[in-house]
Amino acid sequence: MTFKGTFALAIGALIRNRSRSLLTMLGVIIGVAAVIVTVAIGVGARVSVQNQIASLGSNLLIVQPGSVTAGGARSGFGGASTLTPDDGMAVATLPGVAAVSPTVTIRSQAVAGTQNWSTTVTGVAPTYTFVRSWPLASGTFLSQSDITSAAKVAVLGQTVVANLFPDGTDPLGQTVIVSGVPFTVVGTLASLGQSGQGQDQDDTIVVPYTSAMQRITGQKTVNALDVSASDADNVPAVQDEITSLLEGRHRIVPPTPDDFSVRNLQDVAAAASSTGTVMEVLLASVAAVSLIVGGIGIMNIMLVSVTERTREIGLRMALGARGGTILRQFLTEAVVLSTVGGILGVIIGIGGTYVVAALAKWPTSIPLSGVFAAVAFSAMVGIFFGYYPARKASSLSPIEALRFE
Amino acid sequence: MVPVVDVRGLTKTYDLDGQLVHALAGIDLTISQGEFVAVMGASGSGKSTFMNVVGMLDTPSTGTYLFEGTDASDLDADQRADIRSRRLGFVFQSYNLLPRTSAIENAELPMVYAGVPEADRRRIALEKLAVVGVEQLADHRSNQMSGGQQQRVAIARALVNDPGLILADEPTGALDSKTSVDVMNLFTKLNAERGITILLVTHEPDVAAFAKRIVTFRDGLVVSDHLKSVAA
Repeated sequence: MTFKGTFALAIGALIRNRSRSLLTMLGVIIGVAAVIVTVAIGVGARVSVQNQIASLGSNLLIVQPGSVTAGGARSGFGGASTLTPDDGMAVATLPGVAAVSPTVTIRSQAVAGTQNWSTTVTGVAPTYTFVRSWPLASGTFLSQSDITSAAKVAVLGQTVVANLFPDGTDPLGQTVIVSGVPFTVVGTLASLGQSGQGQDQDDTIVVPYTSAMQRITGQKTVNALDVSASDADNVPAVQDEITSLLEGRHRIVPPTPDDFSVRNLQDVAAAASSTGTVMEVLLASVAAVSLIVGGIGIMNIMLVSVTERTREIGLRMALGARGGTILRQFLTEAVVLSTVGGILGVIIGIGGTYVVAALAKWPTSIPLSGVFAAVAFSAMVGIFFGYYPARKASSLSPIEALRFE
Repeated sequence: MVPVVDVRGLTKTYDLDGQLVHALAGIDLTISQGEFVAVMGASGSGKSTFMNVVGMLDTPSTGTYLFEGTDASDLDADQRADIRSRRLGFVFQSYNLLPRTSAIENAELPMVYAGVPEADRRRIALEKLAVVGVEQLADHRSNQMSGGQQQRVAIARALVNDPGLILADEPTGALDSKTSVDVMNLFTKLNAERGITILLVTHEPDVAAFAKRIVTFRDGLVVSDHLKSVAA
């Protein structure tokens, strides 16, 4: 008995019992569809978190001043005023560092014409767009001469554009007053959306850090140094180099704690994606359980089917079917049911994923490996749960089976 | 010439909850090529057990059974299945056609198990459906046919592998008397014109009368075995 012959027998039997075949597949269809939809949601969530973190720049390191202790109370990171633009210059000379931008952050009320808006003013260097991988939407960015002259020029984030120029006026060339200082708008930044922490990254006005320090805060220190490593693989090494350089510049000798900290966003990214992975595994195991339940459904109906088709099995044996042929026919039926159910489940799952993406506006992503795994797993479910009923069918005595009413 | 069926001292004992039942108590019987034998007997006489053993569906407890010279006790289950598909044809009381399946597919089934190439199966099945006179029903499903038509399809199915022996178990049991006569005439014709050896099991004397030789069973033993006289 060839495989093709057995396959034809199995297909014939399944087609003869169309509605039962469909009902048998239902469990697997739902199980696989559930796997596809949940994995798509899980992977989508992880990919979107990763993208948000990547939007901050995957090579990004942030140097922040350390905490200070005043009267027994320790401030958090950034509380101390220890980082200077000169520290930034020094860091920029390190090998493995592509660019550095000192960052000064001030909450301020911005005014343009009759509109005003409370936002974050960020003082940065021209390298900022590179370090943050943040493209311009229009105009130009800050230049080195703007830094040298502490020019009164500003580049606006899209949220600020929308709130200060709600009537759609082109902000380029307009004046925005920040803390009483008029800045001329020279450019706008492309929209980045929310950060990984849920902040609106577009709600900012970017000015030269020298202008921010001299014209607004009056301080000699900066809030942070944004450092871009030349290569993502270099990030941990660069982190160590910055630490030893700044320890030297700040004359810190262990065991004195550092008055700064160097954070790297890869750690944040790793933490966020491991959360995503846990969710994914959780969702996939719930879905896998439903697939196993689907397999048990196949076994139940195949067992009922063996009893119901006892006479047919007896007849096939009387006409010359060997026990092994009967076993292979029933096993093939189970595998065809579960595989076809798996494929239908993939189709319904992909459809369901689009519906979820459209209705709930959740990011989704269907991994090809997941699709193959679901189909392969359902075929295995067919073999595993189809074997027992098939074995039972093949061990029937033809005489008893023919006499069965 | 080797007889088709050669049975010597055949017994079959069942163990029913510790009580031994002797379904066959020592049968000696030879059926030669071209014979048309009816086995008669009341229910419980052992005729169905005899038919199962001859049909390779069951094995004897003691004694020997040679089918076309092959000793059945030397065969394993798969070899018996192969003989059933290649050398034996079965006709049952309740036709036993696959439901929702066309006449021609039903007739092809033994050839599927005998490994006949697909291209030949359809041709042979059509040919045998024509022999039994239902070729026009080839594409009808079993539930679209009358009992007589279904039994003819079942006979065609028994013929497709040119068997050495056709076993017919109460083939008219589910048919009305007129259709019964038609079906029995078909068996007579197959035997007379094609020399097909037939072993018929029945409890109806009218049906047995179509055979050329009548063997009567009682309590697992042959009590009479006679050729029908041509004059009768």
